[in-house]
Amino acid sequence: MEVAYLIETIIKVVVVLTIFSALAGIGTYFERKILAFMQRRLGPMNVGPYGLLQVAADGIKLFTKEDIIPTNVVANVFKIAPVITASTAFMAAAAIPFLPSFDIFGYTVHPIIADINVGILYILGIMGVGLYGPLLGGMASANKFSLLSAARGAAVFISYEVVTGLSILAPIMMVGSLSLIDFNNYQIENGWIVFNLYGVGFVAFILFWIAAFAETGRTPFHLIANDHEIIDGFGTEYSGMRWGLFFIGEYANMFFISFVIPLLFLGGYGDGSFLGALGLLAKVAFFFFFFLWTRAAWPDVRPDQLMWLCWKVLMPIAVVNILIAAIIMI
Amino acid sequence: MEAFNNRNVDNNGYFMVDIEDYPTDGWGKFKRVVRRSFKGELFVGLWVVMREMLKGNIHTIQYPMEKMPIGPRYRAVHEMKRLWESEAERCIGCGLCEKICISNCIQMDTKIDENSRKEVSAYTINLGRCIFCGYCAEVCPELAITHGGEYENGSEQREHYIDYAGMLTPLEMMTQGKQREFEGFGAITPHEDAGVKKTPLSY
Repeated sequence: MEVAYLIETIIKVVVVLTIFSALAGIGTYFERKILAFMQRRLGPMNVGPYGLLQVAADGIKLFTKEDIIPTNVVANVFKIAPVITASTAFMAAAAIPFLPSFDIFGYTVHPIIADINVGILYILGIMGVGLYGPLLGGMASANKFSLLSAARGAAVFISYEVVTGLSILAPIMMVGSLSLIDFNNYQIENGWIVFNLYGVGFVAFILFWIAAFAETGRTPFHLIANDHEIIDGFGTEYSGMRWGLFFIGEYANMFFISFVIPLLFLGGYGDGSFLGALGLLAKVAFFFFFFLWTRAAWPDVRPDQLMWLCWKVLMPIAVVNILIAAIIMI
Repeated sequence: MEAFNNRNVDNNGYFMVDIEDYPTDGWGKFKRVVRRSFKGELFVGLWVVMREMLKGNIHTIQYPMEKMPIGPRYRAVHEMKRLWESEAERCIGCGLCEKICISNCIQMDTKIDENSRKEVSAYTINLGRCIFCGYCAEVCPELAITHGGEYENGSEQREHYIDYAGMLTPLEMMTQGKQREFEGFGAITPHEDAGVKKTPLSY
């Protein structure tokens, strides 16, 4: 039994790693295409039909590029930083149920690597650790722009992480558990959390969604690697696959947070039927698309504006939201 | 093309943007934040890009495969025209283009042929020096040297010459009647005939 469990877990880990590494690559293709269509361009067209093999070309380029370690950088920290970003992104995926459990050859598969009882705390915590990638990479780079980006990363991090934590407190109080599977089962009986408790769930959903943009560093809050201000921020001095790891980490994070939002607020995979699984994937696709959509439509805010938003607007709303939820539930 | 030729800018739907004053006190700033938060301007932006995506109105020109139409007045690599009637070369070897060329890129040599007419024996343009100002086409009395629309003249060296034979309209193009007249700089303007005045011989 123990051996079977071990083998099953390893297989699941490998599957999640492969699928989401590939998805990160394909995600860049979708991002380029969708941004292009929204800006009346064509996007990648030349490599393969409709540019579909662009991902492969980019992969070959990243893998075969020279790995430059510039002088004056703190080499060990510089080398390890991208690994932190990529690995924490995938570690966070361990507690996410990607699909409802299904039977295959008479064997029940639970598409979650570890259903731990602190699920959502673990996910947010590990995603928070992911900050060390940009922070250490930026500080070790011996580059002004990287250093600015690291400082911004730290400032942004303490701002949005408060909102993330406080916003999910109300749903956690409703469910009474931290496991995402319990969240899902709660929503089967009581309806989606978004519509629960007279709008409290909706406010929590909006707050968490906004914080997710800061968490993944996507466009309204794309401050850490803001091209037009600080070049590529922490990624300025990186080349080849080390930079690619940052990239994979960022896109994997986007996919995982796109899984977490529907699981927390929008009913997840529902009752576990095939239709429910498709529903979850559709929700994930929508949230991923929304990340790209906002990038085409919205301008970036300044770091001080983001901190103002998080501390002066979103955090009070989140606290009031928790209070209201508590009063209603009593 | 029509839209670009309309130079009348005073009545094209331009209007002054209504910018309100910035709030100075805290209450005013608070009101502005609330107003902006619930006005839904962010959704306007989302809708605009979504609308453009759904329309599929793509403006990309996939350059080496597709090319923009080029205006007849465009000044790219030179061409030597032939006479429509006799298909003979228009160039009379007067040398004005060589004289007027401000970057000294035209070099020509002439001789008297057996019919005791002047004939071009050597004619080269150094495209590496040419600034495509169009003076040669303007000064040419016979409308012989003109500018064409061929702008892809990259070369491996800075000195990149084209010669007389390369510029001359091929004879088969003449028989097909495909020689294109240059409409820019020095060419005859439309309705030129109407503007011609007879020389007053009375004085």
